[in-house]
Amino acid sequence: MQVAAAKETIFKINDLNLWYDDFHALKDVNLEALNNEIFAIIGPSGCGKSTFIKTLNLMINMEPGVRMTGEINYKEKNLLDSRVDLVDLRRKVGMIFQKGNPFPQSIYDNIVYGPKIHGIKKKSELDEIVETTLKDVALWDEVKDRLKTSAMGLSGGQQQRLCIARALATKPDVVLMDEPTSALDPISTLKIEELMTELKKKYCIVIVTHNMQQASRISDKTAFFLHGRVVETAETGKIFSNPEDKRTEDYISGRFG
Amino acid sequence: MAKASVTPSAEERLILTKKNRRWDEVRGRSLVTICAIIMIVATIAVTIFLAQKGLQSFTVNNINPIAYLTSTNWNPVGENASFGIFPFIFGSLAVTFLSALIAAPLGIGAAIFMSEIAPKFGKKFLQPVIELLVGIPSVVYGFIGLVVLVPLVRDNLPGIGFSLFAGVIVLTVMILPTVTTIATDAMRSLPNSLRQGSLALGATRWQTIRKVLIPAALPSLLTAIVLGMARAFGEALAVQMVIGNTRDLPGSIFDTSATLTTIVTLNIGHTTYGSIENNTLWSMGLILLIISFVFIFIVRYLSGRRKI
Ligand SMILES: Nc1ncnc2c1ncn2[C@@H]1O[C@H](COP(=O)(O)OP(=O)(O)OP(=O)(O)O)[C@@H](O)[C@H]1O
Ligand SMILES: [Mg+2]
Repeated sequence: MQVAAAKETIFKINDLNLWYDDFHALKDVNLEALNNEIFAIIGPSGCGKSTFIKTLNLMINMEPGVRMTGEINYKEKNLLDSRVDLVDLRRKVGMIFQKGNPFPQSIYDNIVYGPKIHGIKKKSELDEIVETTLKDVALWDEVKDRLKTSAMGLSGGQQQRLCIARALATKPDVVLMDEPTSALDPISTLKIEELMTELKKKYCIVIVTHNMQQASRISDKTAFFLHGRVVETAETGKIFSNPEDKRTEDYISGRFG
Repeated sequence: MAKASVTPSAEERLILTKKNRRWDEVRGRSLVTICAIIMIVATIAVTIFLAQKGLQSFTVNNINPIAYLTSTNWNPVGENASFGIFPFIFGSLAVTFLSALIAAPLGIGAAIFMSEIAPKFGKKFLQPVIELLVGIPSVVYGFIGLVVLVPLVRDNLPGIGFSLFAGVIVLTVMILPTVTTIATDAMRSLPNSLRQGSLALGATRWQTIRKVLIPAALPSLLTAIVLGMARAFGEALAVQMVIGNTRDLPGSIFDTSATLTTIVTLNIGHTTYGSIENNTLWSMGLILLIISFVFIFIVRYLSGRRKI
């Protein structure tokens, strides 16, 4: 704990409960995500992983009938009590979806979309954002000669990396990823995993994954969700080698889920 | 015992159903093939017939095709008969483009309202209303135009009421549901991941609509407009009832005018088959067909450019 204290707390979740109409999807969730760390969320299908990660940038508010209690503290500001500025929040908390979802526009326009919305107009500045973010996601060399061609012509893995670049272009503090590699082949997956370990030097990363190896390879902390509850959360090494809860052990060793 | 010999064995049954299935397959396939062939033959037959009839005014009656298309003098009877249909081509194109110009923003706006702003209300109330409007026969639109619109124009605007303007308004109302329906489908078929991707970057709903969704749906939205134009271009009855049907080039939008379709429907009944005037009407039919083909090519080109 003394070592971790050096890192800034980005998200602190206190007693978060969430309902879809009458369905109680998240129950008393308490978690903490630190800067410069990868926080992995694992658990069987339907346990509430996507629901949880969508609360962190309030994308959950798009779903009809959602109700929440508790606290989602993002840098000591509770997203649930004050009227938060969604535009600002989502600039700072980027999100990557399961499948790459580039806009059907050019590679260049995809990346400058966020910065333009947030008021950057100067071409030289935009050009620079495109170059640095594409270099950050190791896509620059592959696409630098066709920045003006459609992003739909990229491969699945390239599209996903472009979406990461697009999220980085708004200069976020946090990157949320919901199963970012589940639609990708092993090589693209590996590239994105390398990318994440690189990115955590600058950002806080929260990732949902079904892939145990992935969680154990890249993450610093892991939380195991079951039926909307956090069963256990700990250092990744500890969860995978010596879990405290029997259900965590069962899940990790593949006995259910 | 006897029963057992009648009942086919499992293997026989398998062969039997296989045979049945193959027969089913053949029958089904020939049925749809015949339908397709009938369609194609009908289209080709109409095209050939119209081409052959439509060209007669040039081949048999020796009308100069250039003069026919560009002259503004339409005087089909009498000594110095003259056949210039430019005013009607102009009228057709004018009502088509002007009505599309009004219907496009309205229809696309309504489509965005139904797909993005109030999807539930849109599906429940607006959609049935619009589908109903598509089904109303054009003579009804024309009649309402004649009884309500024309007097209104006469009392409040320059001209005698019957006008290019009245035709444009009637057509706008007629093609609006078409444009709206197709544009709504186009917006609805955009994947939700686009909306999410944009909102997750901090865009507002309006920015998402303007900068992501409309550009993504643009080819389909243009298709909606072109199909609306095709309908406007081909409409005869409703326009004929309000446009005034005069043969001169209109000087203003409040002047009376005529279109290719209104001239054909008005005159084809009282000209003798094979006469010069009759042949020139067929030529107008041919021009209508050619321009319709152009619309279809535009639509095909646009759907080939769909981005998603
Ligand atoms: N919009 C919604 N309305 C009602 N119930 C929902 C909604 N979205 C999710 N749920 C329910 O909430 C529970 C958690 O769903 P969630 O999508 O968070 O699961 P998940 O852990 O991400 O699963 P997976 O691994 O399959 O992606 C599920 O039981 C699901 O049926
Ligand atoms: Mg999920």
